[in-house]
Amino acid sequence: MSEKLSADSRCEQRGDEKQDTQEKEAVVPERAEEAKLKAKYPNLGQKPGGSDFLMKRLQKGQKYFDSGDYNMAKAKMKNKQLPTTGPDNNLVTGDHIPTPQDLPPRKSSLVTSKLAGPENHDSVNAACGMQDHN
Amino acid sequence: MFLKFSLRSIFYGAGGGGNDIQWCFSQVKGAVDDDVAEADIISTVEFNHSGELLATGDKGGRVVIFQQEQENKIQSLSRGEYNVYSTFQSHEPEFDYLKSLEIEEKINKIRWLPQKNAAQFLLSTNDKTIKLWKISERDKRPEGYNLKEEDGRYRDPSTVTTLRVPVFRPMDLMVEASPRRIFANAHTYHINSISINSDYETYLSADDLRINLWHLEITDRSFNIVDIKPANMEELTEVITAAEFHPNSCNTFVYSSSKGTIRLCDMRASALCDRHSKLFEEPEDPSNRSFFSEIISSISDVKFSHSGRYMMTRDYLSVKIWDLNMENRPVETYQVHEYLRSKLCSLYENDCIFDKFECCWNGSDSVVMTGSYNNFFRMFDRNTKRDITLEASRENNKPRTVLKPRKVCASGKRKKDEISVDSLDFNKKILHTAWHPKENIIAVATTNNLYIFQDKVN
Repeated sequence: MSEKLSADSRCEQRGDEKQDTQEKEAVVPERAEEAKLKAKYPNLGQKPGGSDFLMKRLQKGQKYFDSGDYNMAKAKMKNKQLPTTGPDNNLVTGDHIPTPQDLPPRKSSLVTSKLAGPENHDSVNAACGMQDHN
Repeated sequence: MFLKFSLRSIFYGAGGGGNDIQWCFSQVKGAVDDDVAEADIISTVEFNHSGELLATGDKGGRVVIFQQEQENKIQSLSRGEYNVYSTFQSHEPEFDYLKSLEIEEKINKIRWLPQKNAAQFLLSTNDKTIKLWKISERDKRPEGYNLKEEDGRYRDPSTVTTLRVPVFRPMDLMVEASPRRIFANAHTYHINSISINSDYETYLSADDLRINLWHLEITDRSFNIVDIKPANMEELTEVITAAEFHPNSCNTFVYSSSKGTIRLCDMRASALCDRHSKLFEEPEDPSNRSFFSEIISSISDVKFSHSGRYMMTRDYLSVKIWDLNMENRPVETYQVHEYLRSKLCSLYENDCIFDKFECCWNGSDSVVMTGSYNNFFRMFDRNTKRDITLEASRENNKPRTVLKPRKVCASGKRKKDEISVDSLDFNKKILHTAWHPKENIIAVATTNNLYIFQDKVN
């Protein structure tokens, strides 16, 4: 099937190339990328972009506290360097629940936004300044 | 309206084409240093209806509003500069103990209400709560109280022997922001969009699975108008990514999904608009499908044209213009950074493939703009079909110097002045851009800086 688009959509800059070849050429790099990914992560889910990543999106911000895990973590990590808090992309929470000392303080920004600060008036000064920056 | 068209407009065409315009650096706001505090990350940028005010929201829950100077416009050396008008803390971080949910204070969207009186109003939202803010000016204060001294101390009434009428005297302009309404507890999932209806009385808020309709005066109630939550969450296959009311038809709105579809709904059809009136979807050749297809087809932004005849969607690699009368394919497609198609594997690994770019129209709907990586942003002229890539950078940017177009070399021999795909900085993303509703002034947000560019004024 000829995939010639109507005159209205002639925005593709490639000119006269047939749409078919064009799309296949466009997709081959995508497939090559997919092969690369599968090679690195052979266990990557059968449902690409499906439930797993959607569920992760919906659960953003979820922070569970379990006193059992907390106490185990405290005991286990007494002598080890504590890991930084990062996205929980693993299932074993016991090892990774941070102790209170590690939680970043949840304070609101009491500082005024830097956008409202004195403008590097600027533009001229900023440009000149930046040239010597390094 | 027509009086606003200057000679320049006659030469370049009303509104100007993306490439007939010569863009010049005008201002940059924010810290110079590279060490960016999380709170300073800009999360939304929006001009008000007249373009006189420009609001930004950041990850720290703060809103900064800039106002365009009016005086210089007449001198025509440049259009007025934008200076800080007001800044306030809109949202604070919260913790929902019942759900063990951390609620970020990051401002996801700001939308201005049209001006009805001396004060300005805007809606700002984080993941869970929408707030209506009133920004008002005070330039007079009462003086000459009978029972109070000028410094506020109370006078002993027995010492008062005469009475006077307090009078209003001028004072230095003070701009105050106060929260007038708080619309809370209506969203289980994370709010991604708010949109004010053309009736100027209602607005919608959309999260991943639901869209609610509010009345601006009523905070304890909202109506659910779209609900795509499946009975069994295991069956979840798509989420709502953006929603917007039609600019003229108060009964019509659209919402986009993570699967690349847009649904247009008519609120007159039923109370719950789960059944769309129109479904916009470009057919995909199944043989072209890859692991990445769905992810890169996810729509990160949807915007109606000012005319209301078209809508624009942004997915990972392209911008598409749809005619509301044609559901089966877009009328125009513009490639933003096609060279990234051969980098999808690493973009998936570093999560960049999930970046949500926004897009915007110019005032006359003739040019569209969107951001990219390496602090590049792109403009597409719908009439001439030409496009341009520009960079938001402090280097070599003096006021009134025309910006130099940029070019990315996808493969093969890199020409002088081109930059190769592998040299692009993927941490420098331009997700948020805004175009003045009437003039050729654009606001472009890098991670923590706000750039303002204007067309060259002769």
